[in-house]
Amino acid sequence: MSASVLYEAQGPRAKARNVVYTAVFLVAAAVLLWWVYSSLKEKGQLDWAMWSPFFGSESWTTYLLPGLQNTLLAAALSLVIALPLGAVLGIARLSDHAWVRVPATVVVEFFRAIPVLILMVFCGEFYYLYTGVSSDSRPLYAVITGLVLYNASVLAEVVRAGILSLPKGQSEAAMAIGLRKSQVMRVVLLPQAVTAMLPAIVSQIVVIVKDTALGGYMMTFPELLSSATTASSFYGANIIQSLTVAAVIFIVINFALTSFASWLEKRLRRAKKSTGVTLAPDGGADQSAFAAPGV
Amino acid sequence: MKLRKVTAASAAVIALALTATACGEGAAEKDAKGPEGGKGKITVGIKFDQPGIGQKTPQGYAGFDVDVAKFVAKELGYSEDQIEWKESKSADRENMLSRGDVDFIAASYSINDEREAKVDFAGPYLLAHQDLLVRADDDSIKSPEDLNSKKLCSVTGSTSAQNVKEKLAPKAQLQEYPTYSACLTGLQNGAVDALTTDDSILAGYAAQDSFKGKFKLTGLKLSNENYGIGVKEGSDLKAKINSALEKMVSDGAWEKAVAAHFGPANYKNEPAPKIGDIKK
Amino acid sequence: MFDFLEGYDLLGAFWATVQLTVYSAIGSLIWGTLLAGMRVGPVPLMRAFGTAYVNFVRNIPLTVIILFSSLGLYQTLGVDLGGDGIVQVISFRLSVLGLIVYTSAFVCEALRSGINTVPVGQAEAARALGLNFGQVLRLIVLPQAFRAAVAPLANVLIALTKNTTVAAVIGVAEASLLMKEMIENEAQLVLIGAVFAFGFVCLTLPTGLLMGLLGKKVAVKR
Repeated sequence: MSASVLYEAQGPRAKARNVVYTAVFLVAAAVLLWWVYSSLKEKGQLDWAMWSPFFGSESWTTYLLPGLQNTLLAAALSLVIALPLGAVLGIARLSDHAWVRVPATVVVEFFRAIPVLILMVFCGEFYYLYTGVSSDSRPLYAVITGLVLYNASVLAEVVRAGILSLPKGQSEAAMAIGLRKSQVMRVVLLPQAVTAMLPAIVSQIVVIVKDTALGGYMMTFPELLSSATTASSFYGANIIQSLTVAAVIFIVINFALTSFASWLEKRLRRAKKSTGVTLAPDGGADQSAFAAPGV
Repeated sequence: MKLRKVTAASAAVIALALTATACGEGAAEKDAKGPEGGKGKITVGIKFDQPGIGQKTPQGYAGFDVDVAKFVAKELGYSEDQIEWKESKSADRENMLSRGDVDFIAASYSINDEREAKVDFAGPYLLAHQDLLVRADDDSIKSPEDLNSKKLCSVTGSTSAQNVKEKLAPKAQLQEYPTYSACLTGLQNGAVDALTTDDSILAGYAAQDSFKGKFKLTGLKLSNENYGIGVKEGSDLKAKINSALEKMVSDGAWEKAVAAHFGPANYKNEPAPKIGDIKK
Repeated sequence: MFDFLEGYDLLGAFWATVQLTVYSAIGSLIWGTLLAGMRVGPVPLMRAFGTAYVNFVRNIPLTVIILFSSLGLYQTLGVDLGGDGIVQVISFRLSVLGLIVYTSAFVCEALRSGINTVPVGQAEAARALGLNFGQVLRLIVLPQAFRAAVAPLANVLIALTKNTTVAAVIGVAEASLLMKEMIENEAQLVLIGAVFAFGFVCLTLPTGLLMGLLGKKVAVKR
């Protein structure tokens, strides 16, 4: 249902009312912004000296870019590992054999129920106590393991929902022509499900990128957010400014990813070859009760 | 055709991700080399985020601990470009030494019994004290008991915070942040009353250009912190580092480093401690 | 076997987690509904604001938002949310605020998807009766949208429960902060991990099941 059916075409009175609402809203926003601006200025947070380091190349090459590289590295590695793992778990949950289905279900439900931060803290200590991973790469390993365990479970649900979203006739027809169960999955169901799942997968990348920041503050993983903090201890404790810069970088990356996801979704909807079904990136209610990644 | 475009786009994304991964892995492998791995290198653990002590700067690493480490490395036969610096966060220091991730650590590392059970210490090379950093116009904290009505900021799980909470002023309120620079914002704006940790670290923060004249140290010596150089338990480096530290004091390099890093901060450091003389 | 739990306020920590969850859930449900209203409403500026808000907020890590609410709002701007100068209370309220700001963007999206499931005829019939936008939304569309949105809202609620762990970065004494402290002081890593995992499973699994049942019960049969 499109938004416009919720109200009548606007007559002169409604338009006048709109202008009033807009004005009130604008004034409220302006007052709030002015208060923030003037308080920040009064506290010296807007002084050029606090911001200037981030407009030179030094701060970027020393702190921000290495941090960004670590963020992207952790996110990319997590995705590359979590994707196949999630696919396997998702398919296993659809298995006809209880001994495959039940453990997969338990694993998926378990890791979806536990906070990523707790997983990371646990993994970090686990690697320290029981493995020979050097202290350099331990935070990276812990962050990636935590992200993989959680996101593989979420992606498993995406895969499962994607396969279930296909018309039943697809697998029935495939079985009717004599394909084995594994062939039905590999040749018929998965290729179609992948197109339906792509937007949901892309938007899950946003979640992964955001969650790497958990590793920075609690796990001493030198990702973007924590290297911005290191920068702030050098540039005179301009922590608000460093955090703002880090936030802007996160928004730019993730906005590019979400835009890509919605472009992909539109594209897939129009493509004739697919079933036309896509999983909504978040909220996920396009086909009602799908797994809702993206929070 | 449309589908093919989508496939191509997805392939591009995956390829990008893989490239990033490949680059990253190369870097990780290089870093993963242990101290024995690189020939003619020595690996030293320092702090990256304590101005005056050990701070990562665009020009390299700077601070008193860094100078001490450079001098010691030189005495051990390594030039400056043979030193590989590693960040050693407080909670990680013992592990890094016992695993051999670093050869020695000079990172505001105070000697205590608990740590001595796990690693060996050369030195001490500096005697610092736990202190409080307050606003320059705030004279209300004259003794530790005054803290009972105050808000105190420190780093999550730090020993200095626990020291205040458990021994000195149990009623003091504690705001915990992951880093000291987060505390300074609140201190400046009056949301917290004092920031507590070693005076040597506090002095470095107070001396930064943007804070000149805004903060001061109370000079309450709440504890003794004997900074030592941590080495792996039973390492023969301990004796060598000790004699290097002795030489650093006797030939005036110690005084010079102190003047260079604590001078601008107006931090009146204690005289150079004798090797093995740990003030409880 | 569970001696290591002595001396730690495990229940207190999880109680803090529950409180964070409940307050943030109520707050973000209200603010998220308002945002959804703005996004489908007739005032262009509010529509733009709603869209911008959602796109902005859901692309920032929650860690950054919570740090901003503590360092920016409280430590710099002096907003203490009536916490009476008690640090723990203020940090708790600030993290609730941060969680609301973040979660409401997802509530808004879940609701919008719920609104999309309401047949066009419903709103058209309502307009034919002469109801204005507020009435259409309040009396006809939202009640049906909420029912359809129970499943995605349940997912948001579960995510919120888990996201409360991020409040640890500004020192709120909830479960993950206690876990970190215990891990540093005690040796039984796996047991500690198991205890906290169990705690969160206890919080999130029943939520999922209950919301699932609720969703089935209130579903609009079409």
